[in-house]
Amino acid sequence: MKILVVGGGMGGTILANNLARRLAVELRGGKARITMLSASDKHMYQPGLLYLAVGRTTPDELYRDQRSLLEPGIEFHVDPVEKFDLDKSQVTAKSGKTYGYDVIVIATGSRPVAHEIPGLAENAEQFYTEESALKMFKRLQQFQGGRVVIAVGVPHKCPMAPLEITFMLYDYFKDRGILDKTKIHYTYPIGRTHSLENVAKWATPEMERLGITYETLFNMKEVDGAKKVVRSEEGSEAAFDLLITIPAHRGMEVIEKNNLGQRGFIPTHRHRLNMEGRENVFVVGDTTNLPISKAGSTAHFEAEALAENIAAMVKMGTPVRDYDGKVFCFIEAGKDRATYAMFNYQNPPDPKAPTRAVHWFKMAYNKLYWASARGLL
Amino acid sequence: MTNRKLVDARGSFCPGPLMELIAAMKAASIGDELEVLSTDKGSANEIPEWIRKVKHEHLETKEENGVWHVIVRKAK
Repeated sequence: MKILVVGGGMGGTILANNLARRLAVELRGGKARITMLSASDKHMYQPGLLYLAVGRTTPDELYRDQRSLLEPGIEFHVDPVEKFDLDKSQVTAKSGKTYGYDVIVIATGSRPVAHEIPGLAENAEQFYTEESALKMFKRLQQFQGGRVVIAVGVPHKCPMAPLEITFMLYDYFKDRGILDKTKIHYTYPIGRTHSLENVAKWATPEMERLGITYETLFNMKEVDGAKKVVRSEEGSEAAFDLLITIPAHRGMEVIEKNNLGQRGFIPTHRHRLNMEGRENVFVVGDTTNLPISKAGSTAHFEAEALAENIAAMVKMGTPVRDYDGKVFCFIEAGKDRATYAMFNYQNPPDPKAPTRAVHWFKMAYNKLYWASARGLL
Repeated sequence: MTNRKLVDARGSFCPGPLMELIAAMKAASIGDELEVLSTDKGSANEIPEWIRKVKHEHLETKEENGVWHVIVRKAK
């Protein structure tokens, strides 16, 4: 069986490695073949960008060579796919080469699109790329006080990011001794401070305790750079000296150009993870249109379930289990405290009060991630 | 003929049904109808509240076998 993995991010890499281990005998015997096509020979630990934006890590810490993360049996090419021909079970990559498959896994991820809100890209800082996170940190270093507004687009990668950056900024300004000259104002698209009700029940009083003001039902419409205000679809506006955005995301352009899904998100079966209407096309991570968090942990748990199923399909012709919607997200509550939220399609999370222990576990996980990517953890 | 798009947000705790609808609105055209499926009864209130605030149109809310169907129209 020829298995083609398109995308070398968190979902694609965990999937490929997990699958390679399960199919070690079949790979050696030539009964299975795993090929990965990626746009880059580097692998970025994207959650690290949050720390880069507040000067708590450096860019080199975020990267590994993609080949070094992959099991030896996986054939890897830096050759991004440009055309999907699902009817013929083949793709054409940038090099012009065509790759056929029996099973394809699409894990191309998502991209921030701040430019879709007029004035946002020019007037806001963000941290979803290395370049923008570095730019944000340099801006923070120059900041001497004023009104800081956090504004959130929909959908966005990492649902905890709006809260995390807010609490981390609070501690950053406190450490710099400019908290008394700084006002933090948090905005959020729905009617509470976080989509997870139990997380909002913790975050709202925490903001009140710290003197962080908030406004809910605030969806960005436009940013007026001259007047330094961000206006909402709901008719309100927030004045800022420093605007930090968690921008809306779309799936990758190649998905849109090939008409695989609106705004780059592919219609996906919530349990089997196959593209709707296609039995040999699977989707993991941000690329799905599933109503769950666009987050590394989602990609991780989807990839594990799917690897088990594809291996079972090779070995006995049928998948063996459903993906249950599992997500586990750490929540940084400042520079030295954290909590977490774990949930699935059936069970909401019940986050506990933040502790130093969970923060240090998150710090450890930032290093352990490379074992996760290898499919070991 | 009116387009009606299904937004299946059953079992969605995060980002949740309203956030799913806000995202789906971006891909919809003016006049399109969107039907949100939610297993969170809070959707019956919070979705119409947002729809009123941003001046779209709330058409109907009904509950069938523990699933709330909130039907709206993109008005602008």
